[in-house]
Amino acid sequence: MLIDLLIAAIKALIVIGMVLPLAGILGWVERKGSALIQDRIGANRASIFGFAGAGLVNTLMADPLKFLTKEDVIPAGVDRLLHTLAPCIGLFPAIVAFAAVPFGDVLEVGGRVINLQAIGLNVGILYVLAMMSLGVYGVVLAGWASNNRFSLLGGIRGSAQMISYELGMGLAIVATVMTYGTLDLQAMVRAQGHLIGGWIPAWGIVYQPVAFLLFLIAGIAESKRVPFDLPEGESELVAGFFTEYSGIKYLMFFMTDFVDVAVVAALVTTLYFGGWQIPYLMRDGVHFPWGTVVALPQIVVVLLQLAAFMIKVLFFCWLQVLIRWSLPRYRYDQVMRLGWRGLLPVALLNVMATAVLVLALQG
Amino acid sequence: MSPLLFCILGAVLIASAFGVVLSTSPIRSALSLIVTLFFIAVEFLFLDAQLVAALQIVVYAGAIMVLFLFVIMLLNLQDDPQALAKLPLRAAGGCLGGLFLLAALHFFVKPGVGAGTGINTAVPDTFGSTETLGEMLFTHYLFAFEITSVLLLVAIIGAVVLAKKNLT
Amino acid sequence: MTEQYLPVLVTFAFSAAVVGLMVSLGRLLGPRHDSTEKGEAFECGNPASGSAWGRFSVKFYLTAILFIVFDVEVVFMYPWAVLFRRLGWFGFGEMTVFVAMLGVALLYVWRKGALEWD
Repeated sequence: MLIDLLIAAIKALIVIGMVLPLAGILGWVERKGSALIQDRIGANRASIFGFAGAGLVNTLMADPLKFLTKEDVIPAGVDRLLHTLAPCIGLFPAIVAFAAVPFGDVLEVGGRVINLQAIGLNVGILYVLAMMSLGVYGVVLAGWASNNRFSLLGGIRGSAQMISYELGMGLAIVATVMTYGTLDLQAMVRAQGHLIGGWIPAWGIVYQPVAFLLFLIAGIAESKRVPFDLPEGESELVAGFFTEYSGIKYLMFFMTDFVDVAVVAALVTTLYFGGWQIPYLMRDGVHFPWGTVVALPQIVVVLLQLAAFMIKVLFFCWLQVLIRWSLPRYRYDQVMRLGWRGLLPVALLNVMATAVLVLALQG
Repeated sequence: MSPLLFCILGAVLIASAFGVVLSTSPIRSALSLIVTLFFIAVEFLFLDAQLVAALQIVVYAGAIMVLFLFVIMLLNLQDDPQALAKLPLRAAGGCLGGLFLLAALHFFVKPGVGAGTGINTAVPDTFGSTETLGEMLFTHYLFAFEITSVLLLVAIIGAVVLAKKNLT
Repeated sequence: MTEQYLPVLVTFAFSAAVVGLMVSLGRLLGPRHDSTEKGEAFECGNPASGSAWGRFSVKFYLTAILFIVFDVEVVFMYPWAVLFRRLGWFGFGEMTVFVAMLGVALLYVWRKGALEWD
């Protein structure tokens, strides 16, 4: 019992240790990446005695310290509890949603088989969806608790956008669940270790390319990134629903944005790109399709899979940053039109078509 | 240990339910209701109903409460500072309602039904799992399932009709 | 049962601790200089004009209701998605009837213009 508690605590700390620095580093990638894309230098002033640590000094030390020591301005006439609660309700579900993503297969230590997944529920993907649904409250409460009509408008628009795209996301996930026949994320990743015809890894993108596109679009819209960032509306609504926030609460909203990016990237890798799977790498070594088997010690396999997971997640985070700085912003009615009249029918048709195909091939 | 945790969570749940009723601000009431629903989902987990717990959060706490909040903000419901002054009257109403519920339960729930089944009765491992629920839903309760779709259709038509007058 | 839910509890506790730490550190470390100007609503320099509540469109309410209904539909599709191979063509037929009803609903809403300019 105590050992279980300890293992659970270590896994939770690993996940939090993965996601919070990742959110910070994404802030840096955003600034330097956008600078590269826009052909300028970007932020380069923060350094300790000339050592800028490739941006780590800026993001992990200077930025948080700056935000922590700024004054927390709470506007007059607002409900102070709600004002403080809103960024917490935004950030907390994002972090715990990331915890459900498996970052490795199993680790056998001292006779115990430890599943490398911080939260291993057998309704895993529904739990992730539930947490993302709870993230809506951060936005709507932030808008309301600001006593500012622009914040309120941004908050209500933002939450309406988020709930519209949750439908598309849910239906894309339904199609993926149909392919794997389970709601458990670790089981889905394990199922992607099979090889089709002995050669092609059975990753989700092979079976469900349409669902992958739908999920990616819906995920980007859900985390209110460009091209769907009108609720934040940088040049239109000041800062949208978090206009009246300063100091650490402002940082928490930004962190929610980046943790959402990380969650979407992690889910895309888990559902469609094999999660921690490396093609042909099994628990005891590499099994090439032409028969050669290269045996590897278990710890090497675990480390390779962990590295593969991180690389894939980082790739999709970078992809979202690239999309952000390449596309102009959608107008709000265009956003809602895409969600209700575009994604929803396409996702429904995708589910029905998948069902017909699978049943026809099976029967 | 599990029954103890169940009862502690139940106490917290009841406290947040009191928060719904006793709070002066409608937004705080809605937030208390969200917390209540969240803890109900956790209680479902204790009863081995995992799918229901997840769906409780996705649908109830994630969708219906968003609607509540939208309506509160749309109508700009103000705080009610007189709430505590009206408390004795409301408490009397609540007690009457509770007594009525107990009477109804006494008449409708026959004693002896389900006797011998307590919290610690062993249930099969697949009790609340998605597969079991799905099997029941699509075979035995098929008619209820299809009628649900008609019910949802009626709800949508009703909502559009109600809102349409203000849309144009 | 407990071995599934203990990690959830632990993760929730750690995340809540991290979030709580951030807010309390901000409250402790930041200066506090309250003034009436800082407390006013931000409108790019203009004085705050009127209360925070404008006339909000009923379309948001409609969006929320439509979301609930379609979310319930998606929620019904999850058990079917897990089991649909076992249920075969009969299950597919059931689900087609269900989706068709809600497809009619979506079509109705579309044609009625309730999905316009929101």
